Amino acid sequence: MISIEDLSQISQTEREAKDAIPHQINVCVAASCLSLQSDKVKEALEKEVEARGKKDCCKVRGVGCLGLCAAGPLVAVEKEKVLYHGVTPADAPDIVDALGAGPVARIQGNLDAPFFARQQKIVLENCGRIDPERIEEYIAADGYLALVDTLTAMTPIGVVQQVTRSGLRGRGGAGYPTGLKWATVNKSQGTKKYVICNGDEGDPGAFMDRAVLESDPHRILEGMALAGYAVGAQQGFVYVRAEYPLAIKRLKLAIRQAERMGLLGASIGGTTFSFSVDLRLGAGAFVCGEETALIASVEGGRGTPRPRPPYPAESGLWGYPTLINNVETLANIPTILRNGPEWFAKIGTAKSRGTKVFALAGAITNTGLIEVPMGMPLREIIFDIGGGVPDGKAFKAVQTGGPSGGCIPESGLDMPCDYESLAKLGSIMGSGGMIVMDETSSMVDVAKFFMEFCMDESCGKCVPCRVGTAQMHELLRQISAGEATARELALLEHLCDVVKSTSLCGLGQSAPNPVLSTLHYFRDEYESKIAAGEAAAAGHAAAHAAPAGGAA
Amino acid sequence: MSSRPSAKPAAPAPSSKVKTLTIDDRLVSAREDESILDAARDNGIQIPTLCNLDGLTPVGACRLCMVEVKGSSRLFASCVTMVGEGMEVVTDSERLQKYRKTIVELLFSERNHVCAVCVSNGHCELQNLAQTLGVTHLTVPYRNPKLPVDASHERFVNDHNRCVLCQRCVRVCGEVEGAHTWDINGRGIGARVITDLNQPWGSSETCTGCGKCVQVCPTGALTEKGKSVREMSKRTRFLPYLTMMREDRSE
Amino acid sequence: MSKVKLATVWLDGCSGCHMSFLDMDERILEIAARVEVVYSPLVDLKEFPADVDVTIVEGGVSSEEDLHKIRMVRSRTKLLIALGDCAVTSNVPGMRNTFKVDDVMKRAYFENADLKQQVPCEVIPRLLPRTRPVHEIVPVDVFLPGCPPPADVIFGALVSLLDGTTPDLSATRFGR
Repeated sequence: MISIEDLSQISQTEREAKDAIPHQINVCVAASCLSLQSDKVKEALEKEVEARGKKDCCKVRGVGCLGLCAAGPLVAVEKEKVLYHGVTPADAPDIVDALGAGPVARIQGNLDAPFFARQQKIVLENCGRIDPERIEEYIAADGYLALVDTLTAMTPIGVVQQVTRSGLRGRGGAGYPTGLKWATVNKSQGTKKYVICNGDEGDPGAFMDRAVLESDPHRILEGMALAGYAVGAQQGFVYVRAEYPLAIKRLKLAIRQAERMGLLGASIGGTTFSFSVDLRLGAGAFVCGEETALIASVEGGRGTPRPRPPYPAESGLWGYPTLINNVETLANIPTILRNGPEWFAKIGTAKSRGTKVFALAGAITNTGLIEVPMGMPLREIIFDIGGGVPDGKAFKAVQTGGPSGGCIPESGLDMPCDYESLAKLGSIMGSGGMIVMDETSSMVDVAKFFMEFCMDESCGKCVPCRVGTAQMHELLRQISAGEATARELALLEHLCDVVKSTSLCGLGQSAPNPVLSTLHYFRDEYESKIAAGEAAAAGHAAAHAAPAGGAA
Repeated sequence: MSSRPSAKPAAPAPSSKVKTLTIDDRLVSAREDESILDAARDNGIQIPTLCNLDGLTPVGACRLCMVEVKGSSRLFASCVTMVGEGMEVVTDSERLQKYRKTIVELLFSERNHVCAVCVSNGHCELQNLAQTLGVTHLTVPYRNPKLPVDASHERFVNDHNRCVLCQRCVRVCGEVEGAHTWDINGRGIGARVITDLNQPWGSSETCTGCGKCVQVCPTGALTEKGKSVREMSKRTRFLPYLTMMREDRSE
Repeated sequence: MSKVKLATVWLDGCSGCHMSFLDMDERILEIAARVEVVYSPLVDLKEFPADVDVTIVEGGVSSEEDLHKIRMVRSRTKLLIALGDCAVTSNVPGMRNTFKVDDVMKRAYFENADLKQQVPCEVIPRLLPRTRPVHEIVPVDVFLPGCPPPADVIFGALVSLLDGTTPDLSATRFGR
């Protein structure tokens, strides 16, 4: 049975071991850098350190996401506060040479740049700082402290109240108050209850959850255990998409480590509270991010949504009350309980508390992962932190909320980035994907792309989503190709209305959003395509209308 | 997916309360565990449906039975929305008619429904819906997909060209016959009903040949062999009785 | 009052809708009293006039000739009525739509032909990739579905239109 004392013992040993080594080289081994062969960089650095007999004074570690994915592979020299970007295995000798002698200017990144300086990290606080494959490092970063402390010092309803007071809202998209959800599950009657962590991140261009799961998996387990304690559940499931093999590998390892230390399983921290976590892998269906479809999938059925109510909080997994929270939501929990709800509530805006992780993608210089306080204007996120649009091109629009969101033009950039403001702009916060488009992007094609995504990902259960998305995609194809007339455009707008109003779940209800928002802000682009289509149609009609004697 | 334990139609609890609500300006009363659709039908108010069938778990898939509830901008599928005290329901507004027509159009456009040469011509629920909702033509383009016909079963035919994916066959086979021969394969516009693990119906080892799926199919997708145009009429009324008998026995 | 100029044409259909039209029996005299038939396969007029009030079109748009004809008809007609399922839905002629034109031709003129296996290209207009309902090509004002639409419905609809009221189509439907 693990106690607070045990935790601080582990923590102290870990810190001492770390302090004993003057140089720490952290190599990002999250998916983005790994895809640029950061594992080779790590190997080369290890070899170099070994070859020079510097093993006692220099340690090379694999860490989670350092954020600036565009400049990977990233290597950080911890105590000297130096960041190297675009590192290749050939740079290893120089990096080792430079230890204690001033950085290698050739590959040095600027840590004072707004990309780093303007961020505020809660969810990502350990990303890039700890080795995700070692529980000791998480503990040394105050991990599991909140869990063991809470289990011995707070009632479940007390935990719910803390979360409520923090003002945390669901980070999966809709922004439902997390405390309220927890309270509902806490109050629901059931001989069993479940906690599910929704890691079925599927928006194109979004990789927030992946980074957290790959870089700091224990944070999610701790968040889930706290949630389980608060709502009265003994079993949790992490639902991760199978396309995230590294996240799955690290989660599995983390679960095993936590179980071995008694931080998951029976009688956690010597209390009567037991909580186990199992993994469930998604088979590649976007719709399984929808909570009822996700539940069906965890149950082993076909991942299709069902009508709500009853909500999962009342009747979820196998009919039992179930709490479903997104990865990022749960990642906030340990810190909120450690630092207190008042601390958290001070960050962000009045209605959107805390920070938000965004994945910057598309036509933006600093492609990568950032975490900023809620309410930061989009302009600051895109131009200061994101470094603006590359190659001297002009900014055109930013898509937030993925295929369920909308395109926001230049005129909306000074709005604060929070749930309400984004909704006012015709988009949504969504899970945090931010795709920037430059002047060369055709907004009709952008709408077509997202519609194709929705069409492919529709489960096919309800008619408007199944057939409506396919029809809208065909209409967008015709418009884009200059084959459509005003009639097709009117039909497209009508179908948007039907699909939005009558679809069974959020996928269908929000599928028209990219079309509606591009129509709202960039209608001229649709109209110029329509004009081309009208001209072609008029040409056809005229060719046949000419009186041709006895033609009929 | 269709056999969720929580969604099974439960026998009414003796303590179930009665609610009073307004449907199309008429005051009606209903048990609290009754759907708006049932309450409306009990009072002679017809709401169009396609996937719904008395005796099977409602799935809310066709979206034709959507109604307006005063005080909410959202629409509600009346087959899966329970009545509430003081609810004010509108079942037939201009907006609803518009949506219903489009949904029927979408169904006609999705596959190859050629009523004139269909065995179910004259007895088809989709065809009837088009008529009652005033769908005289399609504003959406026909998709004309190439779809197979499975005639491998000795007595029945499955023609995907006429399937509307209402899942009645899936539900009746799983919930009533208990064979679970039918299920859905693929997703979105590519979804298809399948027998067993997408094997020819004739080689199915689970199919009992009871024919319930054929009888509940609203269109000419599942039919008996040897029928010509117009000759296939279905019998769906056996279902509620079957359910009723089973309930009686269990008490 | 001058009579309404009425035309009828057929595209890709079986002429069954025209038969159903004639099925209104003696009531056709009532219609005849109010219209002048200016063009129809039922009468011997060779050229489609330039200013027709009402044209009834049967059949789907299958070939290049159909396409040309319907565009020409539309440009010379005030009110266009799509009569029957082939014109409204493409119906039976549209059943080839899931196949490629070449495959359809091969089936018809090679696999099912014993003598002179060849694709006719001189006299027969070329098929379009798909048979399409009339309203997908040109705007249609009134739709009369049915295979064929009942004579009563055709008669009722014509009388309504001549009276300037909205036709009641509840007695017909796809297929019928």
